[in-house]
Amino acid sequence: MSLTFYLLAALTLAGGLAAVLLKHLVHCALAVTVAFAGLALLFLQLDAQFAGFAQILVYIGAVAILIVFAILLTRGSDLPKDGVFSKTWYLGLVIAAGVFAVLGWAVLASVRAIPQQDVVPTVTVHDIGIALVGRYVLPLEIVALLLTAATIGAVIVAMHEKERAK
Amino acid sequence: MATNSFFVNLDQIFILLRNWLVGFLPAVLRPAAGVVLGVIAIVCVFPGLFALTTVFERKGLGRIQNRIGPNRVGPYGLLQPIADGIKSLTKEDIVPLSANAAVHFLAPMVLVVTVFMGFAVLPMGRNMVLVDMDAGLLFFFAMGAATELSVFMAGWSSRNKYSLLGAMRAVAQMISYEVVLLLSSVSVVMITGSLSLPKIVAAQSQYTNGFPHWYIFTPWGLAGFIMYAIAATAETNRSPFDLPEGESELVAGYHTEYSGFKFALFFLGEYLAMFSISGLGTTLFLGGWSAPFSFLTWVPSWFWFFGKVMLSIFVFIWMRGTLPRLRQDQLMNFAWKFVLPFTLLNLLVTALWRFMGEGWARWVVCTVILVAAYVVMGRLEMRSEHFGRRSYRYAE
Repeated sequence: MSLTFYLLAALTLAGGLAAVLLKHLVHCALAVTVAFAGLALLFLQLDAQFAGFAQILVYIGAVAILIVFAILLTRGSDLPKDGVFSKTWYLGLVIAAGVFAVLGWAVLASVRAIPQQDVVPTVTVHDIGIALVGRYVLPLEIVALLLTAATIGAVIVAMHEKERAK
Repeated sequence: MATNSFFVNLDQIFILLRNWLVGFLPAVLRPAAGVVLGVIAIVCVFPGLFALTTVFERKGLGRIQNRIGPNRVGPYGLLQPIADGIKSLTKEDIVPLSANAAVHFLAPMVLVVTVFMGFAVLPMGRNMVLVDMDAGLLFFFAMGAATELSVFMAGWSSRNKYSLLGAMRAVAQMISYEVVLLLSSVSVVMITGSLSLPKIVAAQSQYTNGFPHWYIFTPWGLAGFIMYAIAATAETNRSPFDLPEGESELVAGYHTEYSGFKFALFFLGEYLAMFSISGLGTTLFLGGWSAPFSFLTWVPSWFWFFGKVMLSIFVFIWMRGTLPRLRQDQLMNFAWKFVLPFTLLNLLVTALWRFMGEGWARWVVCTVILVAAYVVMGRLEMRSEHFGRRSYRYAE
């Protein structure tokens, strides 16, 4: 583990913690963005260019903007009077710990299941593209169908209101 | 032979200069020093171009509006940007009392830094690219996506209704047109088979009968370039898509509450975004640094790149002086109902072009499809729209 890794890990964790602990919702959204950026840099540090740039493009360029828009268009940007922390925070803690345990177990198990490779595999964007339209074409198409359905759903939800207004 | 090598050296003059300067250092430091020199060159050249462009723009707009433009500072007003720079440096930096100080401070920095990063992958001449990345195009768009966040940060942190409205408009507009920007570039990637920008330029710098293989000279390339240009204008918030900062409606949009050097940073960031997006358009569709005719290949490659970029800037200024601003609903309808479907169709046409093979058949088929689509979508569909008196709609 290099110094870069520790710096990036600290940045990501700090972003994630700030997102949970800060009081102002917009600040939280911006902190999440920092965590996303840290993750993207971690991918880049592992030489995964495609994953890193896709992380920036999708998570910072779209997801973060979406969160921010949702906060602004609802009344969430005002500070609530009775504090922002939920009263059932310990329940959330239990669920989070459970999810973390499952993920950690899966990662550790995969280390044992897959033998350690001596050579670092070089995966270019070209290879990822070939794999996506070759071996993984069915999952890709299913995801595309799902996204199309979601888009059509969003359009229908938006249109409904307009018809009622007439 | 002597003149030939002179032109080769002139073409590579910046590379040679860098190697000469780096040669003074011990061998361990050389690669890092080379990168640092490249960064310094980018950080100096583009703000310099920005200074020139501000005069150029004010003069050009002045001529279009039948006035003279700046003519007091220096010969023909050429020293105006220096005066402007000193002015913005010495002005008081006012932060509104209710502003969110940290975010307000960070927003202009995030904008300028992310915009500068985009230049790292642009090939500005033969061998003149700072980082030759396998996924260069993706990197460019990732950096472009990050600028949206800075616009939002600026608008929200100012605690000003004009700023917030401007930021909302800007983000909505940038999201809508970014889709088009990406999809119109995808057709180039489909033909080249690479996301690396130097490879895309190399694919275009071949000549048949003295004419270059630029992508703009193909049916799908022309359609793609027009869509790219529309999206690029909207992405950089330039007129006729300047709603986010329309001065008659929103004072200055998201940077209303910025003064002094922070305002100058926003101004710089906006012009740098124009340069970088023109540079990308040049790289993708106009052959990058390659010469327009094969008998002109002796002219240095960087001359062509910067010439093409400045030509695009001229078109930006020309459009600003000519076209009126769109309305928000027109902007959105235009993006989602015309530009996006047309770009998607262009992707299909590109695939057709790729698989029909050489010959005149693909020229005819692709042109007919694109022209028919334009006539149906752009002309006939418009006829059913009734353009009555201007109506004003307000947010509920």
